[in-house]
Amino acid sequence: MTRLAVAKTYKLYIGGAFPRSESGRTYAVADPAGVFLANAAQASRKDARNAVVAARGAVGGWSGATAYNRGQVLYRIAEMMEGRRAQFVDELRSGLGLSERDAVADVDASIDRWVWYAGWADKYAQLVGGANPVSGPYFNLSVPVPSGVIAIVAPQDSPLLGLVNVVAPALVAGNTVVVIASERFPLPAMTFAEVLATSDVPKGVVNVLTGSPAEIAPWLASHADVDGLDLTGAGSLDWVDLEIAAADTLTRVLRPSQAEDAVAQSLERVIAWTEIKTVWHTQSLR
Amino acid sequence: MTDTDTPAAPADRALVRPFDGPATDAALRRFLHGLPGVDAVGLEQRAATLGTRSIKTASKAAALDTIVSLIDLTTLEGSDTPGRVRSLVSKAISPDPGDPSVGRVAAVCVYNDMVGHAVSALGRHHAAAGGDIAVAAVSTAFPSGRASLAVKLQDTSDAVAAGADEIDMVIDRGAFLSGRFGQVYDEIVAVEQACRRPDGSHAHLKVILETGELSTYDNVRRASWLAILAGGDFIKTSTGKVAPAATLPVTLLMLEVVRDWHLATGQRIGVKPAGGIRTSKDAISYLVAVAETVGEEWLSPHLFRFGASSLLDDVLMQKQKIATGRYSGPDYVSVV
Amino acid sequence: MTFLDYAPAPESASILDLKPEYGLFIDGAFVDGTGGTFATISPATEKHITTVQSASEADVDRAVRAARRAYDTVWSRMSGADRGKYLFRIARLVQERARELAVAESLDNGKPIRESRDVDVPLVAAWFFYYAGWADKLEHAGLGSAPRALGVAGQVIPWNFPLLMLAWKIAPALAAGNTVVLKPAETTPLTALLFAEILQQADLPPGVVNIVTGAGDTGSALVTHPGIDKVAFTGSTAVGRAIAKQVAGSSKRLTLELGGKAANIVFDDAPVDQAVEGIVNGIFFNQGHVCCAGSRLLVQENVHDEVIEKLKRRMETLRVGDPLDKNTDIGAINSAAQLERIRSLSEIGEREGAERWSPACELPENGFWFAPTIFTGVDTSHRIARDEIFGPVLSVLTFRTPAEAVAKANNTPYGLSAGIWSDKGSKILAIANDLRAGVVWANTFNKFDPSSPFGGFKESGYGREGGRHGLAAYLAASGGASTVQTEQAATPRKKGTRK
Repeated sequence: MTRLAVAKTYKLYIGGAFPRSESGRTYAVADPAGVFLANAAQASRKDARNAVVAARGAVGGWSGATAYNRGQVLYRIAEMMEGRRAQFVDELRSGLGLSERDAVADVDASIDRWVWYAGWADKYAQLVGGANPVSGPYFNLSVPVPSGVIAIVAPQDSPLLGLVNVVAPALVAGNTVVVIASERFPLPAMTFAEVLATSDVPKGVVNVLTGSPAEIAPWLASHADVDGLDLTGAGSLDWVDLEIAAADTLTRVLRPSQAEDAVAQSLERVIAWTEIKTVWHTQSLR
Repeated sequence: MTDTDTPAAPADRALVRPFDGPATDAALRRFLHGLPGVDAVGLEQRAATLGTRSIKTASKAAALDTIVSLIDLTTLEGSDTPGRVRSLVSKAISPDPGDPSVGRVAAVCVYNDMVGHAVSALGRHHAAAGGDIAVAAVSTAFPSGRASLAVKLQDTSDAVAAGADEIDMVIDRGAFLSGRFGQVYDEIVAVEQACRRPDGSHAHLKVILETGELSTYDNVRRASWLAILAGGDFIKTSTGKVAPAATLPVTLLMLEVVRDWHLATGQRIGVKPAGGIRTSKDAISYLVAVAETVGEEWLSPHLFRFGASSLLDDVLMQKQKIATGRYSGPDYVSVV
Repeated sequence: MTFLDYAPAPESASILDLKPEYGLFIDGAFVDGTGGTFATISPATEKHITTVQSASEADVDRAVRAARRAYDTVWSRMSGADRGKYLFRIARLVQERARELAVAESLDNGKPIRESRDVDVPLVAAWFFYYAGWADKLEHAGLGSAPRALGVAGQVIPWNFPLLMLAWKIAPALAAGNTVVLKPAETTPLTALLFAEILQQADLPPGVVNIVTGAGDTGSALVTHPGIDKVAFTGSTAVGRAIAKQVAGSSKRLTLELGGKAANIVFDDAPVDQAVEGIVNGIFFNQGHVCCAGSRLLVQENVHDEVIEKLKRRMETLRVGDPLDKNTDIGAINSAAQLERIRSLSEIGEREGAERWSPACELPENGFWFAPTIFTGVDTSHRIARDEIFGPVLSVLTFRTPAEAVAKANNTPYGLSAGIWSDKGSKILAIANDLRAGVVWANTFNKFDPSSPFGGFKESGYGREGGRHGLAAYLAASGGASTVQTEQAATPRKKGTRK
């Protein structure tokens, strides 16, 4: 006699909570064979707006945390994912039809990716910034600081590793994130949100939306309170319009990536969401 | 000249106390350390910018004449003799024998024991005799100031008795640097008392800060305020015996103090950069600093002096160049 | 005459040997264009200086082709060491002709000769010197072991620092191995054309640098030209925004240095006399035609009156007039159009209820002039507290606490620069940390150096000029684990294509 499973209700992850879409909409998620898996929340523009508010509210605390602390919090995500390893493997197998081996490899890479990015938190600034030998009696230092709120269209074909690989680098420097998950394979993203909710990541630092990137992304791209727009997973969208919309407030844009680049660990992805701040101060013994 | 243009002598100038109670070290420290700080880089850049002013033609001719009128022609050597002082006085009276249009310097500045020789050499040109050249005496164990207060006071009253019109005293830099502000203050007050003559008049008091030993601009600002609070008529940069002596940034800073004091109290205090100003070009930069910081009114011997010896020669050569169109040489000005 | 009425001390313009007409500088030679001509005038006198070409789309195309040819056949094949030697040569030639360049700049732009002589031109030479040394060390720039040049850079520069902005653009581009088509601003083409002569003296291979004069249409033709790989623009946020849209979807990389509304924050423990100098330098340097100008003065309430009194006294000593006079502190406004904008915003400031003050100063009859002006009693909602005026106009606001200072300073869509004046180190560092600005000057203002990255946050643009970061803006990383790429709006690899 088999036990009747308790199915999970998938919602959005905004400001540390799991609300339904304010629009009340959901869409059916099926496996590759077309068998129904779950309903995912279909986020609206207002959900995106709320997510930006949550992300903005979290910038001060997250960017103000010490780099050591941010590194530990990011490492804690790896620990929490490790505990749900089997669940992620199951979701990738059922959702994408991956083999056990491929699913395990993807989950392991995702966990290890957090470890890799976590280690950057207190190191990248030394590579990117530094002392500038100006010609005059000044102490002059350049340091990278986070850009602020980053809106991300996550890779559509790699719902876990791809998601991790765009969210993690933005967090390293102290940015907060609104990420639109893979539309077709949204379930790992929401399970990942449960990891975040039970880890040490402050609420609002990562906000996960499921639904149609084509519908939500324009609102994020044109949002005046979004500082960066990561189009890594937007290659199949009309992303040029998104880049044009972003230009209205000079939002920084990372253009769509090839599939292999989208999942490659990259310090450049960390640096893409930083601004160089240069501070001069006079120096004198007199 | 209006009343306000006449500098108030020490006894005439009401002492202003921006703090309560006696002038203790603690009270003075609280006040002096509460003054705004000085950013050295900014100060030096402002001074450098003033130094780039390009003073040409008519302005330059006027500036050269002004410089002559502001010079305390100085000899302060261990080897000074009555003869050398007479020679100095003679040059003060008639800086360029070939050009009677050259005006006289403001004062001669000599060691204490040479005051009498200077006074007699000046004769009718001495300010006290109705002339226009003053005698300034360095005193208070110049240049180090390392002597007992009794000696310093005796030094001062000797010079006044011998006919000095102006006393250039040194502050106790050791006391200042170790925070004994009260002692520095009291000494200036005491020396100012010693500047008084039996007839109720008094020699003007220039207080030498010896900025080269104060080391920081913050100290220069504090010492400037201290000297003014204690009754000095002039604040003077240096003895000329310590390097660096006068610099444009230090003088600019002292001018800023004088400006602030004037705004706060209406009283006018003089400034005297001394030592190291050798060329007309340098001196013109100081005039620019005075005019743009505290105002042209200060370009008067009552409120601004150059403590210098060779500066006069360069000014004379510059004037000869203007007059003849040719560059002059040191053999065309008289040595002292 | 009083002493302060310094006799005129004009720098002689006879050092200039200008041609009556200049062509476009394409492929190493001055050539005729097809877009007609226009005059460049002195904003101080409105007198004609020389006639220049207005480059047409076809002319721009010709220039881009020349740059591509030079890139393919010469510049990309040359060793870094040799590219560096050309840049060193250029630096020396700039030093040798410094006086002439300074006079030309002041004549054409209206800025005081004291600034063009002591700031602009020395920095131009310094910029070429600095980047010359990078040319053979690109593998150490943090972009992998073999970073690549991008190709042809299209560069559009403003009129406020004509030659200096040219140097900021051309020096890193050439050091990194790119070739260049540069468009100077229409009101200030003169020094770019003299610079073209310097390139001839330096024997720079033809086509490596091309200079096309003209107005907005020329610039638009350049940035939209499909043959360029990189766009670098300095100018207004409005134009920068338009360029970002034009470049969207292409594989072109983009750096933008745009507008600003910098807060200059003066605390009650500031070195007040130097702060006053910093305020003056912050807003009246170059007539306030400075994107990073300290145009919003934030003064702590308890020292407001003292600071403003000292500021007014200081402003009374500012000398407005002939840019070529060595004693001039404030020169001419660059153009009639800019003067109109400054006037209009100042009138709005008055209507909004702020108190306007200028020292008594006699302005010349001809030319474009605006007296140094401050507005006190400005509120954060006033337009003169929000809009970039780009002129010698200072808006004074107050604050009570450090947190309020930060909140007000950051309350702008811009984020280029900021100033902090205080004697308290911990406060300075904390404020510097909290300010959303690319350059923060503490107890100083408006300092520039080729080794120091410069550029903005938010609507002040993206990318940095100066230092290693400025070099990276003209390089593609070679990949690998150790790449440190700092430019924004870039594809991680050069693979983006229009959909």
